[in-house]
Amino acid sequence: MRILLSKPGLDGHDVGVKVLAHALKDTGFEISYTGLRKSIEEIVCQAADVNADMIGLSILSGTHLILCQRMQEVLEEKSVTIPWLVGGNIPHGDTEAIKGYGAVAAFPTGTKVDEVITFLEEYQAV
Amino acid sequence: MSGQDKKNGGDKSSNTKAEDVKKVLLESGIEVKPLYTEEDMQGSEADKSAPGEYPFTRGIHPQMYRKRPFTIRQYAGFASPEETNKRFKFLIENGQTGLNVAFDLPTQCGLDSDSPRSFGEVGRVGMSVDTLDDFEIAFDGIDLDKITVSLTINGAAIVLMAMYFALAEKRGYDVKTLRGTAQNDILKEFIGRGTWIFPVDTSVKLVVDTVEYCANHVPKYSPVSVCGYHIRESGANPVQEMAYAFCIAKAYTDETLKRGVNIDEFASRLSFNFDIYGNLFEQIAKFRGGRRLWAKIIREDYNAKNDKSSWMRMIAGGGGGGLTKEQPENNIIRSAYYALISALSGTQTMALCSYDEAYTIPTEKAAELSLRTMQILIHEMGICDTVDPLGGSYYVEALTDRFETEIQEEMKTVEALGGIVEAVASGKIQEKVSHQAYDREKGIQTGDIPKVGVNMFQKDEDPKPVEFHPYNVDAANYQLEKLQRIKNDRNREKVQSCLEKLREECLQNVNLMPTVIEAVQAYATVGEIIQVMKDVYGEYEEPIFF
Repeated sequence: MRILLSKPGLDGHDVGVKVLAHALKDTGFEISYTGLRKSIEEIVCQAADVNADMIGLSILSGTHLILCQRMQEVLEEKSVTIPWLVGGNIPHGDTEAIKGYGAVAAFPTGTKVDEVITFLEEYQAV
Repeated sequence: MSGQDKKNGGDKSSNTKAEDVKKVLLESGIEVKPLYTEEDMQGSEADKSAPGEYPFTRGIHPQMYRKRPFTIRQYAGFASPEETNKRFKFLIENGQTGLNVAFDLPTQCGLDSDSPRSFGEVGRVGMSVDTLDDFEIAFDGIDLDKITVSLTINGAAIVLMAMYFALAEKRGYDVKTLRGTAQNDILKEFIGRGTWIFPVDTSVKLVVDTVEYCANHVPKYSPVSVCGYHIRESGANPVQEMAYAFCIAKAYTDETLKRGVNIDEFASRLSFNFDIYGNLFEQIAKFRGGRRLWAKIIREDYNAKNDKSSWMRMIAGGGGGGLTKEQPENNIIRSAYYALISALSGTQTMALCSYDEAYTIPTEKAAELSLRTMQILIHEMGICDTVDPLGGSYYVEALTDRFETEIQEEMKTVEALGGIVEAVASGKIQEKVSHQAYDREKGIQTGDIPKVGVNMFQKDEDPKPVEFHPYNVDAANYQLEKLQRIKNDRNREKVQSCLEKLREECLQNVNLMPTVIEAVQAYATVGEIIQVMKDVYGEYEEPIFF
């Protein structure tokens, strides 16, 4: 499974996304990382370019709802159907809203890396 | 703490015979003996200098907190300058003695509120600033002579500092006596935090412009606060935190000297921002050993004559990396220990993370608790009664010596990579600390690194209704309207001529600060000024490492 991890918006917190990148790579996933401050358009294009099977958005600045809405719009505009998930400072109450925009999962800070790996492995198996 | 045997860890070791205990390694890799005695002091520098005396191991002032407690400077900044002004006044009324201004991400990245890239980010994680007008509002009614202001700004620091100086001048203060601090440490932004704008070399040039300008025009102002803090938060261990910060401070120093500024004209205005979490004694030794080493570097390597030049002045307190989302109230306790560590280490200024900072911008209640934590320490615990109360402790002194040596060794490894500027530009430092962050995370997940409430003493917690500081959409819209109004009202020709002059000066490689000040005085926006610089210098291209 090829995963593109990304940092949309202006948020510069990249410790978590890089830790996840290491962990997923060690588990056997193929990982690309966008680097900081990418627009949703840039992320979706890069995902299509690398033939990603999953896109991960890391957002800690509180802009997750706006960026997720944009994600839904851009995927539709570009007719891209890659599944995507979100990690970061996600209040409990926002998880459903994020899924409402089409994310397959939302992992708040404090989520164990193993939980993400298990999710991806199960998702892959389906 | 990594490598510490869980069964024999920490509190049990004092009751156990030396031969029974298992190896204890500090996070920095230093082995800790079960007992320290006079023998460990052989060759130690411990007793050779008093506080206030070179090399300042015991503190930079002879009287330290006996004369004046550390400054309390909580980080704050909300949405609009209007709201921020209210929070500042609230903090001052509650006894805070310095302000630490948080800016929103567009401001930090040099974008205006009306940039498409700012959508949804205006005023979200701090105060939104487009023009000098915003500073006039934010600091309205605040006496800039009495309250020292720290600007947490890096990539766009030259513009925000220019605004602060322009504001002070406009309000009739003499900038020759103006105090305050800008974070303005761009090299660490490439390692952690990520609000870089320009290529690495240009970024350093801009920092040096501000240092040179302040040395000549705003001599009491601290133009740079070198941040070990974010480097540690990105995965560096305590030795690396100090070593990288010192390498960065040396890089700015070397470049400033090349401008013909004397070391004693600026070194005393460089300060540091450090992190506190993890082993209590390791942190204290880190600061004492680091303070001694920095003093030696400045006096011996740079031939500074003024003692003040070799002071390692610091802000230290909160360690966000030590706080947890699990059982968040535990963070209140952790922060109290961090405050104690900071005071025992002789900090000049303290800021604590609030207990809810692991997942949100602190609520007013949480911010107040942090403030009270520091006030209780000052007023109830006797922390200010005597200077460096741990001085002479066999363990602390031995560890202090060891830290001095270890930091020095780590600095040599950076030199071997071609120096810090090269090591950051190539991404080598980022790669290294990112690997370590991963190792640390693995340690926490496996339980090798004990974390209360996370991998021990867990309990089933219902996800707590997190009290978020709500995002103020109205404030963001108001900010946009205000920006439009100012753009309409200002003298457009004046703005254009300032920006043109700036463009020419960027090409000529002169100090840009005077012209940036002129531009902000004409109400040119942060985004307009930064864009001119981007046009000439280009933007940083991040090496993709993890």
